[in-house]
Amino acid sequence: MSVEPLLKVNGLTKMYGARIGCADVSFDLWPGEVLAIVGESGSGKTTLLSCLSTRLEATSGSVEYHMRDGAYRELSRLTEAERRFLMRTDWGFVHQNPADGLRMTVSAGANVGERLMAIGHRRYGEIREAASDWLSRVEISPTRIDDQPRAFSGGMRQRLQIARNLITGPRLVFMDEPTGGLDVSVQARLLDLVRGLVHDLGLSAIVVTHDLAVARLLSHRMMVMKDGHVIEQGLTDRVLDDPREPYTQLLVSSILQV
Amino acid sequence: MPHPLEVSRVAKSFTMHLRDGIRLDVVRNVSFSVPAGKCVVLGGPSGVGKSSILKMLYGNYGVDSGEIRILHCGAPVDLATADPRTVLEVRRETLGYVSQFLRVVPRVSALDVVAEPLVARGAATDQARDRAATLLARLNLPETLWALPPATFSGGEQQRVNIARGFITDHTVLLLDEPTASLDARNRQVVVEMIREKKNAGTALLGIFHDEEVRDAVADEILDVSAFSAREMAA
Amino acid sequence: MSGLATYNFAYLDEQTKRMIRRAILKAIAIPGYQVPFASREMPMPYGWGTGGVQVTAAILGPSDVLKVIDQGADDTTNAVSIRAFFQKVANVEVTTRTKEATIIQTRHRIPEEKLTEGQVLVYQVPIPEPLRFLEPRETETRKMHALSEYGLMHVKLYEDIARNGHIATTYAYPVKVEGRYVMDPSPTPKFDNPKMHMSEALQLFGAGREKRIYALPPFTDVVSLDFDDHPFTVQSFEKPCALCGAEGVYLDEVVLDDRGGRMFVCSDTDYCEDRRAQGFLGDQGVPLKEAAE
Repeated sequence: MSVEPLLKVNGLTKMYGARIGCADVSFDLWPGEVLAIVGESGSGKTTLLSCLSTRLEATSGSVEYHMRDGAYRELSRLTEAERRFLMRTDWGFVHQNPADGLRMTVSAGANVGERLMAIGHRRYGEIREAASDWLSRVEISPTRIDDQPRAFSGGMRQRLQIARNLITGPRLVFMDEPTGGLDVSVQARLLDLVRGLVHDLGLSAIVVTHDLAVARLLSHRMMVMKDGHVIEQGLTDRVLDDPREPYTQLLVSSILQV
Repeated sequence: MPHPLEVSRVAKSFTMHLRDGIRLDVVRNVSFSVPAGKCVVLGGPSGVGKSSILKMLYGNYGVDSGEIRILHCGAPVDLATADPRTVLEVRRETLGYVSQFLRVVPRVSALDVVAEPLVARGAATDQARDRAATLLARLNLPETLWALPPATFSGGEQQRVNIARGFITDHTVLLLDEPTASLDARNRQVVVEMIREKKNAGTALLGIFHDEEVRDAVADEILDVSAFSAREMAA
Repeated sequence: MSGLATYNFAYLDEQTKRMIRRAILKAIAIPGYQVPFASREMPMPYGWGTGGVQVTAAILGPSDVLKVIDQGADDTTNAVSIRAFFQKVANVEVTTRTKEATIIQTRHRIPEEKLTEGQVLVYQVPIPEPLRFLEPRETETRKMHALSEYGLMHVKLYEDIARNGHIATTYAYPVKVEGRYVMDPSPTPKFDNPKMHMSEALQLFGAGREKRIYALPPFTDVVSLDFDDHPFTVQSFEKPCALCGAEGVYLDEVVLDDRGGRMFVCSDTDYCEDRRAQGFLGDQGVPLKEAAE
């Protein structure tokens, strides 16, 4: 078992002028661990995700990443080339809207194979085989390999986006409301798929969601955010079953029961 | 540490912020231990905090004070203060829990629900499924159900899936929350046998059993939780 | 009054020429890199070669000999007009003979005759950005060039193979320059791509509407992108040129009648005439002297 965290976050703060995006967030993320960040719209969870994934520059604080060579690197000090390389090899980012994470006008196969081509794979046959394999793994029939995502349903697009991200064997995946906008039955299938992949591949993941059921199903640990601050964090089932903070109790008590 | 599970001076209260912040004291000064190969049963009237104690021991509820020491991989770990990662590791390797209700995951078959704790510990999927099948067969769950997600199962069927899931590993400490509540006599008897086998294997068991017949059949010691109850104090 | 008096030499004012020359020098210093420049309004519409014309105007001297071709031909409207333009505004000597030219402005072809040291080939470029059709954001394509992130180019080729079983891109086929920048060779047929590699001539590319200049200095390494299992190949033609019998050259299809009659002839008219003058004859060709009579 690896004994070093994959990500070390310390005092991460993002200000939008005088307004707080997120404030003084600190945590470690361990290999194989799934962390859910929950809170309602405007709570700062997406800002936090953007800062963690270097899509947004933090105002202060640090995020250190355990590179494959074993060294910790402060992400804000990486060159843009290093950062982008990291993002398309060792990381994945699953957007809420698949159109933001896919190339809608190129085929499913090319969408999935793009990362391989980007890191220098130059055998068409191998790229296609890998793409086909990944389509199966996300439960898309390989016969759809030459179809464009425009012809796919929302759930399929989301699964395609996941395959596109995972083909390079990333160690860390960021997900922004991965089930947002999907039908409940489609959500369940996606969650089950993600759960399985995370386990099989030993992925670490940071999942932003406003859906506590998603957090319960996917995550080991969760952080509750309100007004840019992390107000409660801990083991997912403990936070959900024994919430301490008034706001967390409100959130948990607001879950619809079926 | 002489016993696999030792609890000392544990207290638990809930603060209900949505109800004007009233504080609900549940238990206080909970102290007991569970020896290897023994089954300790939590007794006392309902509402006295038995389930809460199990949930604290499993890390599902936080505790206000006190220690929950569990022998994990040869060393004691205090679950009352352990970080989430340690709690998860203890659950994976040492501490099992059969809850009253099965929390079903969409689309996962009953067989895989049962096999999961073994797979999580690194067992081959096929072997884990074989073992799961053996347990489900023993608990008389019709084989036609094994490949289905348990969401639509009856209470008794779900409970048997839950029991199989809890018993599939060789965790050294096992918590049982009313495992036989909705079972018929035949399956209750199966569970009693399974508990006896765990005892013989040296597992430390802590359970809640309302069924007196089962309780008498498995209990080595009955602990009256009323002694720890903090309800009167708070009232 | 002669027409020349009203124009500065080669139409553009000297400050503009200096600005363009600076862009050209920078482009030569960074082979394959697109240098922005302040493209001027020219007395012809965009799409007619305003970029190439500005580059030519900036490098043209009184002693230069200019050749202008369009799809390989010296006698098409675009070529004739641009040639006439420079005759008028620079009074330079013009030619149709590749060998004699010091500057060749071209639209969509590279002459068959091997270019030599001292010659300059000026390309008219409609869309200089090879990544454009896959990535519409200029900010993003610039970043991709800066960081040498060219996976997307192969996505395009992948799509070709997936759809057609082979790389179906036949013109504007992307190349990598000196192992660094991916470059659009302008809409020349891929047949001409190998001619860019290690060319003795200086190659300049001007895109007027898009306001970019890029260049290949002499002896630059130019590699056409491909897959290991789908390597780059050029077009081959079943029959030689019907007029001059040349093989291994790029041919144009000429429709002869409305009954399906057609012939394939050299797209490079100067090359074809030159061969016929030397006595080579294709199966539908007639000797030059007879043709002239």
